[in-house]
Amino acid sequence: MTISLATEGLSKVFRLFLQGDVRIPVLADVDFAVHPGECVALTGPSGAGKSTLMRCLYGNYGAGSGRILVRHRGALVDLAAADPMLVREIRRETLGYVSQFLRVIPRIGARDIVAEPLRARGVAPEAALARATELLTRLNLPPRLHGLPPATFSGGEQQRINLARGFAADYPVLLLDEPTASLDPVNRQVVVTLIAEAKARGAALIGIFHDTEIRDQVADRLFEVLPIQDAA
Amino acid sequence: MSTPLLTARDLTLRFGRIAALDGVGLEIHPGEVVAIVGESGSGKTTLLRVLSGLMRPDGGEVSYLGQDVLGMSEAARRRLMRTEWGFVHQNPRDGLRMAVSAGGNIGERLMATGARHYGNIREQAAHWLTRVEIDPARMDEVPAKFSGGMQQRLQIARTLVTLPKLVFMDEPTGGLDVSVQARLLDLIRALVADLGLAVLIVTHDIAAARLLAHRMLVMRHGVVVESGLTDRVLDDPQHPYTQLLVSSVLAA
Repeated sequence: MTISLATEGLSKVFRLFLQGDVRIPVLADVDFAVHPGECVALTGPSGAGKSTLMRCLYGNYGAGSGRILVRHRGALVDLAAADPMLVREIRRETLGYVSQFLRVIPRIGARDIVAEPLRARGVAPEAALARATELLTRLNLPPRLHGLPPATFSGGEQQRINLARGFAADYPVLLLDEPTASLDPVNRQVVVTLIAEAKARGAALIGIFHDTEIRDQVADRLFEVLPIQDAA
Repeated sequence: MSTPLLTARDLTLRFGRIAALDGVGLEIHPGEVVAIVGESGSGKTTLLRVLSGLMRPDGGEVSYLGQDVLGMSEAARRRLMRTEWGFVHQNPRDGLRMAVSAGGNIGERLMATGARHYGNIREQAAHWLTRVEIDPARMDEVPAKFSGGMQQRLQIARTLVTLPKLVFMDEPTGGLDVSVQARLLDLIRALVADLGLAVLIVTHDIAAARLLAHRMLVMRHGVVVESGLTDRVLDDPQHPYTQLLVSSVLAA
């Protein structure tokens, strides 16, 4: 079966030099794979390393050891060994990430934030903005807010902008870190639909969902991330 | 994989007993924004000056699209600086001609690359003033009458009007009020993305580096102690000094 993303022996240890070089092992020998059209939910107790794993998969945290294979332009590429230029290319074309919190940019309106990944791929401004408006509308963000910088928006509104941004570009692989945490039931269902649509077009999704009801609606499989001492 | 625009290898420079650059190397590719961060005295401005040919190192190589920057004549370097390169100084007075009108500051750089038609030059100057959010009606005023933020925006317009391939920026928001800084950073961000410029920016402002740069080099005592993708360096710093730098920033 084709692999969209896989890890092989992925490990991560944090070294904190300012705290007397404390070493905190978080991930040890993680092996898992995701295929086109499926959604895998990461489970495990708080602090087990689910978010750390997600950040490693995006290249936001460096992998300590092991490989992170991503199908990019038809071939499996090791993200853990890729140089920054290649990581940027993979993030532009292949790998999307919806973080828990929106990083706002001063003076940039919501619609432009959502359209930005499409613009980076060379999509014409009108088409990118139309797609952004479509997604913001589906996520029930009032049109009067579309042009405003989201710094002062509520947590739920910011999260919907983050989601619209993540789903705008039809990434083949999409990482979702608590995508529904601050959403009301109506918008949670919109996210469930967006995930179903992404699966239908062949995207592979990996998510952390604290809301088990949502998780059971979207996940095809669970992958348990165990705290290191339990796994050993 | 694209060919790098600028490549530097093993640069060394000492000021007496102090190593300002100690074996520094880097590459910058077309369209890439690279930030050099570090505390005062870490060698970051020296590095920028050496890379742009303003200062000679004791040893090492710098090449721009295959040309030896350190070996080229002063005339050839000045020609590069007028055409394919740009330099944005921390103090706009170092990059502007204060006695020449705003439009003249922009037009002068265009004329240095061969533009001759007065009407076109004026039209381009007006266009660039608008792009950096200065009212084109103020085209005939001298920059001395502008605020610090406006002067800095004018310097950016003057630098970018010739559509350089590579722009060096030395603390471009350094002397400005915080509110003005945000506007300038946003402007730089938009222009760089629209024009596909390669930028090497020296800053001690970590938040500015996160906003603007694709890649980051952390310098200390003349040495690049860590480099990589901006968000990786800031969110998962590997070197003790980078950890100190990141943990010392107040989250606003």
